[in-house]
Amino acid sequence: MKRDGKIRMAHGSGGALMHELIAEVIVGRLGNPVLDALDDAADLTDLTGETIGRGRIALTTDSYVVQPLFFPGGDIGTLAVAGTVNDLSMKGAKPSYLTLGLIVEEGFSIADLERILDSIASTAREAGVVIAAGDTKVVEHGTVGGVILNTAGVGVIPEGVVVSGERAEDGDAVIVSGTLGDHETAILVARESLRLDEVIESDCACLNGLVEVVLGACPDVHVLRDPTRGGLGTTLNEIASRAGVGITVEERAIPVERKVKVVCDILGFDPIYMANEGKVIVVAPAEDADGIVEAMRAHPLGRETTVIGEVGGRRGVYLRTAVGGTRPIVMLEGVQLPRIC
Amino acid sequence: MSTLIDKERFRSEPEARALIARIHDLAREPVSLMEVCGTHTVAISRAGLRSLMPGGLKLLSGPGCPVCVTPLAEIDRAIAASRLPNVILTTFGDMMRVPGSESTLEKEKAEGADVRILYGPLQAIEIAEENPDREVVFVGVGFETTSPTIAATVVEAKRRGIENLSVFPFFKTVPRALDMLARVPGRPLDGYICPGHVSAIIGSDAYLPTVREHNMPCVVTGFEPLDILAGVVMLLEQAETVRAGGAAKVENQYSRAVTPEGNRAALAIIADVFDECDAEWREIGVIPMSGHEFSERYRSFDARDRLDIDVPEATGPSGCICGEIMLGMKIPTDCPLFAGRCTPREPVGPCMVSTEGACAAFYKYDRESV
Repeated sequence: MKRDGKIRMAHGSGGALMHELIAEVIVGRLGNPVLDALDDAADLTDLTGETIGRGRIALTTDSYVVQPLFFPGGDIGTLAVAGTVNDLSMKGAKPSYLTLGLIVEEGFSIADLERILDSIASTAREAGVVIAAGDTKVVEHGTVGGVILNTAGVGVIPEGVVVSGERAEDGDAVIVSGTLGDHETAILVARESLRLDEVIESDCACLNGLVEVVLGACPDVHVLRDPTRGGLGTTLNEIASRAGVGITVEERAIPVERKVKVVCDILGFDPIYMANEGKVIVVAPAEDADGIVEAMRAHPLGRETTVIGEVGGRRGVYLRTAVGGTRPIVMLEGVQLPRIC
Repeated sequence: MSTLIDKERFRSEPEARALIARIHDLAREPVSLMEVCGTHTVAISRAGLRSLMPGGLKLLSGPGCPVCVTPLAEIDRAIAASRLPNVILTTFGDMMRVPGSESTLEKEKAEGADVRILYGPLQAIEIAEENPDREVVFVGVGFETTSPTIAATVVEAKRRGIENLSVFPFFKTVPRALDMLARVPGRPLDGYICPGHVSAIIGSDAYLPTVREHNMPCVVTGFEPLDILAGVVMLLEQAETVRAGGAAKVENQYSRAVTPEGNRAALAIIADVFDECDAEWREIGVIPMSGHEFSERYRSFDARDRLDIDVPEATGPSGCICGEIMLGMKIPTDCPLFAGRCTPREPVGPCMVSTEGACAAFYKYDRESV
């Protein structure tokens, strides 16, 4: 297939051109014994000779519509794998298989499509997941902003692991794996072509390895959440309301990159509400906190892990500010909009 | 890596505690200060300062949120412009959800209007160049911090010969408004926390007339928690002096950013592109010489002349006390609609819409601590 080519409606017609696209561009990159069969459904016994493992099955799906498609630190392909791997990981599951739904516009550059598929392939490889089934559709130009992706994922929750928002309880420590707000700020800067002296990179990454470390250090971890849309503020509110508890975090302890903070300051955004794609919030018994932090810091994605607060006190989520004041952190009503002035 | 607090030296807890103790010491009698800038309102709430202030000290929010002081008729005009088939309406984000008489820009966008949120006004030039057959209209809302950037945009557009870009000049200026609001019957006021960013443009000397005429303490204040606490201490000390029969003055707590004479380049471009004019402030009324309109040389950029728009008389929400809040007569929690009928999701009045509005700040940060 020509690298300077463009996707045409015929690539989605079911004919020879579509077969060429699937065989060369897609399966050529993502291929594995399950996918290579190109049957109507994947037989998940193929790889291991048995079903996907012992334990409870976790299932999730997510659609990816990010603009721009390519951004510092990743692209829509990286995100589509990491997002779904992370959703499984936050249930304590070990992700095994993903499906890939690909909706691409006519006129889209095949070279760009290949770049995205390369990202999907390499991200899946690093996370140790297999793309087991897929679907491709071509739609008219101007309808989906280039490409949108959907991935569904299956994984196995090991026996004995019960991770859920409702398990947060008084006395638990709240731990975060690193700086907050990097992904959404990176997307914003790239989308709006804001001119900065420094590059802000998305933190987009698969967290299953880091979660394995957490579960190794503390199999009884209560809550795992990745603070994606709505950021830390929204996620903590979801946990507090599910569990019917209070959470207080220390402003002084919340890690934020200086350049992220600068961009947020200018636009009137609060990094607490900015989306992350490679961070995990861990809620666990206080006595296990030191062990968890130490283990997480030894993992490349958890070097800046720190305890930011604790569960307890009156219901709701509160921030103890740097100057010693306390104020609530509420759920965002809508998207944050850049301000005047 | 740093933490959420980067500017450590403006957020030290021991220093804050010392300043707060001093504030408690000085504010033994009831005293009211007004922060005239929405960014201050938010900064005060965000740092949790209200929970640390003595009971007798009132921090009133003035008309310092540009969205909040934009009259309903002007919002209706922007909405009407967005409905014109050939118009690309560009705006800063916080105008999107402001209710006009019947609609919002956000609703119009969902209905198919071409409304685009800008992160800087220069983006409007790029859009105009990419769409030569369409009229690109920018909703020019803001104070002296915004008007120089719009002025620079217009100068650049003129230099490039761009003819399909125009601006609604809904700009406001701060000093005359402070002057007018210094004495509102029935509302005691003991000093102004003067806006840091605006003062960086206009200079701290801009408040001298207000100080002279009303013997009103004015302290230009920065936005970090320690800045605000220090500014409050300076105002309380001045208020004590004034009570003892002494003279008020302009003080500059934010000298790392603000000079007495202001930013000459910004003031020069404002003077080139705009003339001062009377301006209507929502819920407050017309304040003489408190707005900016295009000067003769740049009049062709005035969207009001370029677009054929006729809007019916505006009808505002009933029961909303945004006007009294912006005059410092009431605080958001005094409003019967607050957090009930009026929330950031379904705002009734303008102060709940903008992130810098007093009601939105109270809703987000102070609902439970006040």
